Amino acid sequence: MTPTTAPTLERKRPGPPGGPAGPGWDRGFGQPDRDRDGDAHRVPLARIAVWLVVATVTLLFAAFTSTYLARRMEPDWQTLQMPGILWLNTAVLAVSSFLLEWSRREGLKQQLPRLRAGLIIATVLGVVFLAGQILAWRQLAATGIFLASSPHSSFFYLLTGAHGVHILGGLIALFYAVGKTRTTGSVEAVFEPAATFWHFLGVLWLYLLVLLFWI
Amino acid sequence: MTVTHDHTHAEHRQSFITRWIFSQDHKVIGIQYLMTSLLMAAIGGFLSMLIRMQLGFPTWNFYWAQWLFPGGFADFKMKPDFYPAVVTMHGTIMVFFVLTTALSGGFGNFLIPLTIGARDMAFPFLNMMSYWLYPPAIVILLISFLVTGGAAAAGWTAYPPLSALRNAVPGSLWGQTLWLVSLALLIVGFLFGSLNYITTVFNLRARGMTMSRLPLVTWAQFLTAILMLLSFPVLFAAVIMLLFDRHLGTSFFIPSGLVVGSQLVTHQGGNPILWQHLFWFLGHPEVYVLILPPMGIVSEILSNNSRKPIFGYTFMVGSLSAITFLSFLVWGHHMFTSGMHPLVGTAFMVTTLLIAVPSAIKVFNWLATLWRAQIRFTSAMLFAIGFVSLFVTGGLTGVFLASPAVDIYFQDTFFVVAHFHFVMASAALFGLFAGTYHWFPKMFGRMMNERLGKIHFWLTFVGIYATFYPMHFAGTAGMMRRIFSTTQYEFLRGLAGMNMFISVAAFGLGIAQLIFAYNFINSWIRGPKADRNPWKSNTLEWQTESPPPHGNWGAHEPTVHRWPYDYSVPGATDDFIPQTVPAVPAVSGAAVDESDGKPT
Amino acid sequence: MSNLSEHYSPATGRRLGLLIIIMVAIGGVLTTFWAKTRWWFPPVASRHGADVDQLITTTFIVTGFVFFFVNLALGIFVWRFAAAREERAIFWPDSRTLELSYTLVPTAILITLISMGAVTWARVHSPVPRNALRVEALGQQFAWTFRYAGPDGAFGRTAPRFVSRQNPRGMDQSDAAGRDDIIVSELRLPVNEPVVVLIRSSDVIHSFFLPNFRVKQDAVPGMTTQFWFTPTRRGNFELACAELCGVGHYIMRGRVVVDTKAAVDAWLADQSH
Ligand code: HEM
Ligand SMILES: [Cu+2]
Ligand SMILES: [Cu+2]
Repeated sequence: MTPTTAPTLERKRPGPPGGPAGPGWDRGFGQPDRDRDGDAHRVPLARIAVWLVVATVTLLFAAFTSTYLARRMEPDWQTLQMPGILWLNTAVLAVSSFLLEWSRREGLKQQLPRLRAGLIIATVLGVVFLAGQILAWRQLAATGIFLASSPHSSFFYLLTGAHGVHILGGLIALFYAVGKTRTTGSVEAVFEPAATFWHFLGVLWLYLLVLLFWI
Repeated sequence: MTVTHDHTHAEHRQSFITRWIFSQDHKVIGIQYLMTSLLMAAIGGFLSMLIRMQLGFPTWNFYWAQWLFPGGFADFKMKPDFYPAVVTMHGTIMVFFVLTTALSGGFGNFLIPLTIGARDMAFPFLNMMSYWLYPPAIVILLISFLVTGGAAAAGWTAYPPLSALRNAVPGSLWGQTLWLVSLALLIVGFLFGSLNYITTVFNLRARGMTMSRLPLVTWAQFLTAILMLLSFPVLFAAVIMLLFDRHLGTSFFIPSGLVVGSQLVTHQGGNPILWQHLFWFLGHPEVYVLILPPMGIVSEILSNNSRKPIFGYTFMVGSLSAITFLSFLVWGHHMFTSGMHPLVGTAFMVTTLLIAVPSAIKVFNWLATLWRAQIRFTSAMLFAIGFVSLFVTGGLTGVFLASPAVDIYFQDTFFVVAHFHFVMASAALFGLFAGTYHWFPKMFGRMMNERLGKIHFWLTFVGIYATFYPMHFAGTAGMMRRIFSTTQYEFLRGLAGMNMFISVAAFGLGIAQLIFAYNFINSWIRGPKADRNPWKSNTLEWQTESPPPHGNWGAHEPTVHRWPYDYSVPGATDDFIPQTVPAVPAVSGAAVDESDGKPT
Repeated sequence: MSNLSEHYSPATGRRLGLLIIIMVAIGGVLTTFWAKTRWWFPPVASRHGADVDQLITTTFIVTGFVFFFVNLALGIFVWRFAAAREERAIFWPDSRTLELSYTLVPTAILITLISMGAVTWARVHSPVPRNALRVEALGQQFAWTFRYAGPDGAFGRTAPRFVSRQNPRGMDQSDAAGRDDIIVSELRLPVNEPVVVLIRSSDVIHSFFLPNFRVKQDAVPGMTTQFWFTPTRRGNFELACAELCGVGHYIMRGRVVVDTKAAVDAWLADQSH
């Protein structure tokens, strides 16, 4: 081990991070961006990750959307009647989202039992939403409208299906959060990202509803 | 987070399985990615040899090939329906299963945590999942050679309706389905990987490792991950819709009124151009996914072996970012002849030529890095220099293809094949080789044989130019790509001799790679032991053991005090100062203007 | 411990520098000139084709210079700065002036090329002249067929719902305009007259490629694309398919004959009964 190549082992940083510069040249493109001393200021990993997931999923649905909008221009397009149950499902998902937000606020006030109650009910409502979506599919199918019946029905099944798969993922995250809140008091690392994703899925659902039936 | 890692990793008891097979250690995963990719490179390379056999020597008898592919050959010659499958599989394997996986999966995994001073990726389990979606994808892809109809045969771009209608081409029967499923799995793996990389770079940098002190190789991986995260979901959507069209009767991409194989097609109203938009919205960023990591690798190696700071770090980061951003706006240059509105074509020409500017900056910065350097010719350095030449050559033909009026002639000819084999295949491959020679000691704790490395370089460099340069002229003569034979056309008559020459060069090039394979395996087993920092490099990964222990840094994570390019600093005792050396070390007389850190 | 000094090898630098200069920079340019005598563009036979060729030539000259000088510089640097171990490299991390200049100069060159390209492209895709002859080309696995409008000068209506095995174009049999349409398997065009080809496909994507005329336009099922041009030379030419369309992609060849207007008219009249 030669001295110049040894890693610096001391725990305390000898100076402020980034400067003053040594004999070298360290202007970079901008000043040191933030103080990396200690972990207190760090964003929890899962929070970064959930926003990245939101970005990917957004791009996925953007791709579906652009195809949808282009495909609508073809002469064979006919718009489906919106299955009525979707109103109910939408309401369920909205309540679920609001409950989640309420329980987060309770959590901030250290009202852990309320946090848990809100979280569990929100999760159950999520399951109800998914069941409602499947019911909507079955109702449509009962009227003879299947995946390949018309371009609009193809997109309806495709988009609700893709959304449903992500709802399933969101539910897994919520279940995980339910489990976590039972064992630990600190919830933010798990609870908040799951909630963020869940709200995103709610907004995504509203968007899909508008896309499919109102424009 | 680092707190959770504070126990010493070395104490983990690990079985063979958790250590080498289902490992969550980023270094092992990186090596797994790299090794699997090299294996796939052998398969993809072998397929290119089959292509060249057919194009160069269409009248010869290939007994062994018929024995190997009884369905693809008859009378010891390739059958016309096997050829498109070979081309398709070659392209698919090389792009997605070799270069993306090796450069992003392999080097990204291995280098990101090491160069930023982290102990591992942010989500090690997800990282393992990312790798383990890759082997099943390979199996599904390769099995398709054995199913009825053979492997997918609609090109690596898989344009519908050819890829959507099951009787349009034999490979569309089952091969195309397997192709799509395989790609879907791989995409999910890539997304897991990118998520991990971005989070890791955001959050797990060591103390003092600001973004402006990130080595360029890490910047490149970081931006690549962003590209992948935002472009692969679009291909995923397209893949799902194409699968629906193929198997569930929908018509996203299949228009009305088709007659295929003298059967009326029942699908109605779709639009095949939509696939092209979705595909190329991924496809173009994908080629940058293949070239950004080599750019980073080469920047690192050029600087280290020139014993000079990389020239224009700020512009290097800026141009990498500009390329990342612009690459989302240029996909239409693949569709100039698809019937798009001429004004749209003009817009895509402008964005495409703009993206040439940051690429030019990089080339000139590399040249300036060599200026008045003290160049050290390691095998890695040779490949890095070769990369610059190949990238220039390939980049310049891009200027032709970006201009739609010119592209009218060149679209779908061998000129395009030559172009992308220079930038995407040759240059990216050189980045891969350079990176392997450079980081091999860190990966395996042993040195590669430099003599063999150099022989490998000379043969490969000459071989690449001999193989791909003439393809430009097959293109100017008008030879279409993906054709089984040139004998049908009078205007292609003069190309037989040239095609033979290209094939011979390609075989030589292929054989030369055996040297690399031998060197790799032999050095892995028997190479001389490497010490921590055999290249006298500044970046963090060289400041720990070779190979780094589980957890990378022993008891304490490194602290970073400077940027990674302090080479040949005036007044310093050595010609390199690692990033971990404190700001005012025992080097005297450094003339530094304290206020902004610029040498005076 | 590896021995780094073996890599400080001026001989290797000389070798690599020379290789880059001789094989790449000089060799690359010389082979291009050689290729010009043997494997160059098929003789141009259309009006806009001459413009396209002009643009290609300009691009070749510009990129050729860059290719030569950048590779030359690379070769020289590699040769010249191969290390002699005692010295030290200079510490030169950046220079804004230099960097800005090699940002702006390429930008200026590229803007010039963009402008020239845009002009040519706009000319190629300018509005179809009124008097242009209209021909429909249909790509099918693996052949091209053509439809002329016949004596009445109007194409019969087509629609997807009329498509059948015998009627891949989907012609509406009840449309009188279609009765005299002429369907042939070879393309005959009058010299020096503008022609617009309406390009369709009835199965997969093909690409209508006339190398001599610098014409290429995809035949996309479900839509009609078009390309207009003016043949300038009489003779026999080849039509190729440039987009992978299946097993017979490589045999999807067609014939194009350019002749005087009178000869083409006579031939057409011959075909109609
Ligand atoms: C020994 C090296 C290689 C040789 C001799 C070779 C040769 C060829 C040839 C002859 C074709 C067929 C062109 C056509 O008919 O359209 C082809 C296609 C292709 N190659 Fe390579 N290749 C090599 C390496 C690579 C590498 C490393 C890549 C990685 C990016 C690559 C990517 C592709 C792609 C994307 C295609 C297009 C496939 C398609 O048309 O669907 N090749 N190659
Ligand atoms: Cu592109
Ligand atoms: Cu064709």
